[in-house]
Amino acid sequence: MRTGYATCAQAHSAGRKRRSGLHVGSGTMEGVVAAGANAHADTGTECRSRGPGCSLRHFACEQNLLSRPDGSASFLQGDTSVLAGVYGPAEVKVSKEIFNKATLEVILRPKIGLPGVAERNRERMIRNTCEAVVLGALHPRTSITVVLQIVSDAGSLLACCLNAACMALVDAGVPMRALFCGVTCALDSDGTLVLDPTAKQEKEARAVLTFALDSVDRKLLMSTTKGLYSDAELQQCLAAAQTASQHVFRFYRDSLLRRYSKS
Amino acid sequence: MAAGFKTVEPLEYYRRFLKENCRPDGRELGEFRTTTVNIGSISTADGSALVKLGNTTVICGIKAEFAAPPADAPDKGYVVPNVDLPPLCSSRFRSGPPGEEAQVASQFIADVIENSRIIQKEDLCISPGKLAWVLYCDLICLDYDGNILDACTFALLAALKNVQLPEVTINEETALAEVNLKKKSYLNIRTHPVATSFAVFDDTLLIVDPTGEEEHLATGTLTVVMDEEGKLCCLHKPGGSGLTGAKLQDCMSRAVTRHKEVKKLMDEVIKSMKPK
Repeated sequence: MRTGYATCAQAHSAGRKRRSGLHVGSGTMEGVVAAGANAHADTGTECRSRGPGCSLRHFACEQNLLSRPDGSASFLQGDTSVLAGVYGPAEVKVSKEIFNKATLEVILRPKIGLPGVAERNRERMIRNTCEAVVLGALHPRTSITVVLQIVSDAGSLLACCLNAACMALVDAGVPMRALFCGVTCALDSDGTLVLDPTAKQEKEARAVLTFALDSVDRKLLMSTTKGLYSDAELQQCLAAAQTASQHVFRFYRDSLLRRYSKS
Repeated sequence: MAAGFKTVEPLEYYRRFLKENCRPDGRELGEFRTTTVNIGSISTADGSALVKLGNTTVICGIKAEFAAPPADAPDKGYVVPNVDLPPLCSSRFRSGPPGEEAQVASQFIADVIENSRIIQKEDLCISPGKLAWVLYCDLICLDYDGNILDACTFALLAALKNVQLPEVTINEETALAEVNLKKKSYLNIRTHPVATSFAVFDDTLLIVDPTGEEEHLATGTLTVVMDEEGKLCCLHKPGGSGLTGAKLQDCMSRAVTRHKEVKKLMDEVIKSMKPK
């Protein structure tokens, strides 16, 4: 469902969104300039039915839906939904500044309650993953903040957070050397692999593995696991995740192509 | 002159060593620092262990207390780990609430305990629905020189092996717990998870057991926790440069060797303690 999209594609070719002249182009688009109406929704057309084994849930992404952050994205995987906003490169506190690269910060807010130790752990995972791909050296002594809000959790939460963060960073025009995506695998008691498990499947599984893979050569950027599994099973899950990541990257590409095409 | 070069260009200085396949402290790329373990040093704790991995020193003290079991699992006890990185161990930590590093380490230890099922929580139950043991595991770092996760896991394992719980009986008439301090028994440790940490340099080189400086210069870290059957409890890679499947395989094999080394050390220490 399209509601009109920002025609600042020219600004994006430089990789950086111009803040001042941003909404000028949108005035010409069907007069739809309500706050937040500058959104572009795209649905992944992959794997609607979940066969046994390796298929992902239906996923969807919406970009540029918030007006305040420099970039924002909402990523849906099945019923799991995460909203991400990116501010940056912006000013940084002197105590936190790094002289030769950008300081990346990630804030993860759970759906209910205050952030606890588990959120801090996830924040660090996401932050280190983003640091590995973002070209911080181009913006020294600045800060790039990624704020993630969990809207609903129905399994594969960390993977969904990673995907939302990546889309939001792209929307903000932060220079990156590669895109990344998150994939979750669950191994149940008889060793069957399920990709992108639901909350119920995660609870019943013997092991749940979450990987972040980069888009250039599908290398493993981040991994966090729960439960016991063997080395062979790890390699199997990694291979399955690498295949699944191709779908996600293709979806990113299609989504962005559609957004910036002139039609 | 070398000291000057090291201050100005630490990464280049380091690369010179890596080219010769060794490190500034003389170790090979796959070699661990000298590991020492001392158990039972804290007499006021129910179990304790001190682990030194080169300069990195972590002490673990375990206290057992009574608690009501959780409502959704009336036959289970609790194991509550907490990793503390005080300003004593390194200048990068300030006093006050636990920083991110300490919280991440605490979460990591909690995950290792949960995933490896080192203790069956049912063993900690005294009376279902009424009374259970809760083991407070406090890990304090006394000296931070890198590779804190390995040291913490080892300290926790050694301390748990050292824990002696007194026998508790529930008196039927008064419904109170009677603790018999004369009769103590060791915990039933089911598996022995051992952590092996690696640092990734320049996206390609993997070195084992990084020191503090190496961790600072590295582009990524990876920790593998393995138990004796070669099953993985945890593959902790918090971002950093990418790794291929083949590199991961090398890490696994190194982790297997490390597990054997640590197990041997543990058995020696336990054996030396027994005649008490």
